[in-house]
Amino acid sequence: MTMNNQGRPSAVGTSENHELPTISGDRGLDHEEPLIFEIGRDGMTGVDLPDVQMSETRLGGMRRRKPIGLPGLSEPEVIRHYVRLSRMNYAIDAGLYPLGSCTMKHNPRLNEKVARLPGFGDLHPLAPQSTVQGALELIGELMMWLTTLTGMPAVAMSPKAGAHGELCGLLSIRAAIAARGEVRKRILVPASAHGTNPATAAFAGFVIDEVKGTADGRVDMVELEGKLGPDVAAIMLTNPNTCGLFERDIRHMADATHKAGAYFYCDGANFNAIAGRVRPGDLGIDAMHINLHKTFSTPHGGGGPGAGPVVLSAALAPFAPLPLLVRDSRGFRLIEDRDELPARAKPFGRMCAFHGQMGMFVRALAYMLSHGRDGVRQASEDAVLSANYILASLKDVMSAPYGNGPCMHEALFDDSFLEGSGVTTLDFAKAMIDEGYHPMTMYFPLVVHGAMLIEPTESESKESLDRFIHVLRELALEAIAKNTVRFDGAPRYAPRRRLDETAAARKPVLRWKRKDLPQAAE
Amino acid sequence: MRYHPLTPDDRLTMLERIGVTNVDALFRDVPQSAVVPLSAFDLPDGQGELEVERALSRMASKSVAAGAGPFFCGAGAYRHHVPAAVDHLIQRSEFLTSYTPYQPEIAQGTLQYMFEFQTQVALLTGMEVANASLYDGSTATAEAVLMAQRITKRPKAILSGGLHPHYSETVETMAELSGQVVRAKATPGKPDDVIALIDDETACVVVQSPDVFGLIRDLKPIAAAAHARGALLIAVVTEIVSLGLLEAPGLQDADIVAAEGQSIGNGLNFGGPYVGLFATREKFLRQVPGRLTGETVDAAGKRGYVLTLSTREQHIRREKATSNICTNSGLCCLAFTIHLSLLGEEGLTRLARLNHAAACALADKLDKVKGAQVITPTFFNEFTLKLSKPAANVVEALAKKGIIAGVPVSRLMPHDPAVRDLLIVAATETNTDEDADAFAKGLAKVLS
Repeated sequence: MTMNNQGRPSAVGTSENHELPTISGDRGLDHEEPLIFEIGRDGMTGVDLPDVQMSETRLGGMRRRKPIGLPGLSEPEVIRHYVRLSRMNYAIDAGLYPLGSCTMKHNPRLNEKVARLPGFGDLHPLAPQSTVQGALELIGELMMWLTTLTGMPAVAMSPKAGAHGELCGLLSIRAAIAARGEVRKRILVPASAHGTNPATAAFAGFVIDEVKGTADGRVDMVELEGKLGPDVAAIMLTNPNTCGLFERDIRHMADATHKAGAYFYCDGANFNAIAGRVRPGDLGIDAMHINLHKTFSTPHGGGGPGAGPVVLSAALAPFAPLPLLVRDSRGFRLIEDRDELPARAKPFGRMCAFHGQMGMFVRALAYMLSHGRDGVRQASEDAVLSANYILASLKDVMSAPYGNGPCMHEALFDDSFLEGSGVTTLDFAKAMIDEGYHPMTMYFPLVVHGAMLIEPTESESKESLDRFIHVLRELALEAIAKNTVRFDGAPRYAPRRRLDETAAARKPVLRWKRKDLPQAAE
Repeated sequence: MRYHPLTPDDRLTMLERIGVTNVDALFRDVPQSAVVPLSAFDLPDGQGELEVERALSRMASKSVAAGAGPFFCGAGAYRHHVPAAVDHLIQRSEFLTSYTPYQPEIAQGTLQYMFEFQTQVALLTGMEVANASLYDGSTATAEAVLMAQRITKRPKAILSGGLHPHYSETVETMAELSGQVVRAKATPGKPDDVIALIDDETACVVVQSPDVFGLIRDLKPIAAAAHARGALLIAVVTEIVSLGLLEAPGLQDADIVAAEGQSIGNGLNFGGPYVGLFATREKFLRQVPGRLTGETVDAAGKRGYVLTLSTREQHIRREKATSNICTNSGLCCLAFTIHLSLLGEEGLTRLARLNHAAACALADKLDKVKGAQVITPTFFNEFTLKLSKPAANVVEALAKKGIIAGVPVSRLMPHDPAVRDLLIVAATETNTDEDADAFAKGLAKVLS
């Protein structure tokens, strides 16, 4: 080995013994991290609070008798623990996140900053309305943006996520039908729908009737019209649909639906393809939820919180849930009870306590003001352009069932190119992890065999797209050549290898338990 | 546009690869008549970061932040001190900008904190299992009622009059789809008689403790009465810090606990996002709504975590799912977990004592004011005052003096004239003695 004159090696040496197990079990920057319960100690705390002794309490004899069992840690220990955990996660800030139907776009940090302004973040939901006028103005402003972008007259702001918004939309429809003195039980849902659609419809007390798709990935109009009838409450459709395609016959569908006395619910998960270019209101839609955490970039946060405001047509607007926001000479006002309703309002009920996901509202409005109408339209165009670029660049090696025409903001592939290779969609996706990418959405939509749904969003540079395309092409070619070494047992370089999900479900372990204590209570 | 990396040249090159001349060609499936010009949107064009921050700061300044003066609102949302470390950690890119952990190999960070969260919630509530959060306390309560209906195959839910009225309305909206909801009459300052309403059709009794007026309820007799008729007891907690000092609902024989976790780790945020806590007995596990994280091993034998029992969930079961929930409150549940890890047993106990002591001292001060009387004999950190004037007017008058005095019960129950003079007042560790004195002094003036 080459040394300098302090005896220090001056060459990097070789990197054999790469797989040598370490003494610590950690590997360089990859740390194994125990559970917080395994590193805490009794009596320690990371928050200094005065120790108030109480000579008398007013707890009515309901004081806790036994310790809770929470571990004690100092602040540096807690910070190190969660920083180490964070490093085991993939994130949009760290790489392309091509999850179709999930719209993992860039989350601007300005939005985080403004959501924390005390005038938004440090407001109590039941503080006197005269003291929260700025917050009500923000909600009013966001409502204006949402109704203008969708061309719909009204919006219900309280739903806390997309599925919650779907429920809000269906309950509005249910109330509108009841107000007509009718009973309609069936909801038509295309086979390609998101799982939440049939789940929500069933939850709202409807019977689900599935509508088949056509060979070109769209709703079968003949079947749809055949199923429409006096017991159909609504059709529930995603547009652009989950195959990444625009439903060309959408207006015809809306007309047929309305003619049958039913309502048209649109799942707005894919609004990012058309925002600023097409107004759902112009298409004849009666209700559509908007995932603020998709189209308007509020962070996904490892699975929430989201927000799912629902825009409503004139026919459904009167049935929007409480609370309602109105503006009069005294300023903005929340109507929280049926006793003070404006004319025509017949709210079906309440979706949740208080007024909705304010923290998400602030972020979404910051996104909108930053983009403006021109930026929103550019975002949709770039999202669609990027998806088509991926489709065009990969469809000669990966099979694209609807690859003959353009897609919208997501490109759909199936597993026919893997046929006979011994590589499954799952293997292919897991090999992407070793290449530094989060997998695309897999096995959804259900109407395509071994589906792989790629949504690049508008947030990627051309260089980033080219690199992604290169990696996928090479992987596809290796799979086709039956070079399965990269796929067998992938991923190899992630914090964990494939996890045993069957074992997890067979004997569920859902919490840590102190091993040295008898579990008498359990 | 600062968030869009594609250059005009990039776009041209990409269009060329696709084989079209302009981006409009990619939208050819959209009916031409449905495409509107930019001018159809009466909205402004994009702005720089400085301009947007300025506009939103101006809007924010039109409200009075809770921290701006003496502040005593509770009734389902509480102002607590959140350590700086919490907000720093939840803003790490790897937490903030990751998706639902469907790819466990590269989402162990999220999955492990969810497992820790489930353990903390189970310990705190005295239950055997907890899920990885729901939207908030009110929707968690509604989900608990639906679960009780599924388990007992009975239609009726009986809601205590002390349940937060917004929670009752949320339960009515959700649970009347599949059954019947009966509300007991509210008896502010006294326990209501929910036991009398239990019958053989009853799926569950829903009791909040401390209730919306602050009163602490003894759940054991209610649980016994419910169980005797084959019904379940759902315990609701809107101030989760109270469990640092009060007996856990699980040790009072509750079958399901639905709670609001906002008080730990999460700010007021004008009502959302919050974090719904949901815990129950192991025997009901397969009826639990929402996501669950479970321990397992990977192919190399290392311990790891995955989302599990997803055969309950909408993306697998579709119309047969136990709930339609997809998104939960991931980042809020992380904030809860970090804050509770910082507190630990010692910190949480001290925090709870501090809250109770602050509320006791404030109650004594206000009770001495002429025209004000504390009507809740027991409470944790909030209590109800009966005033000699309508509470809403008193709150408005005090707001003009810069004091946010609490939540008038009439805001939650406007149709009930009997509650017009009642005010719900909360005190936490954030209130100083000076705040309490200012409140008492201001109240005396307004009531005189």
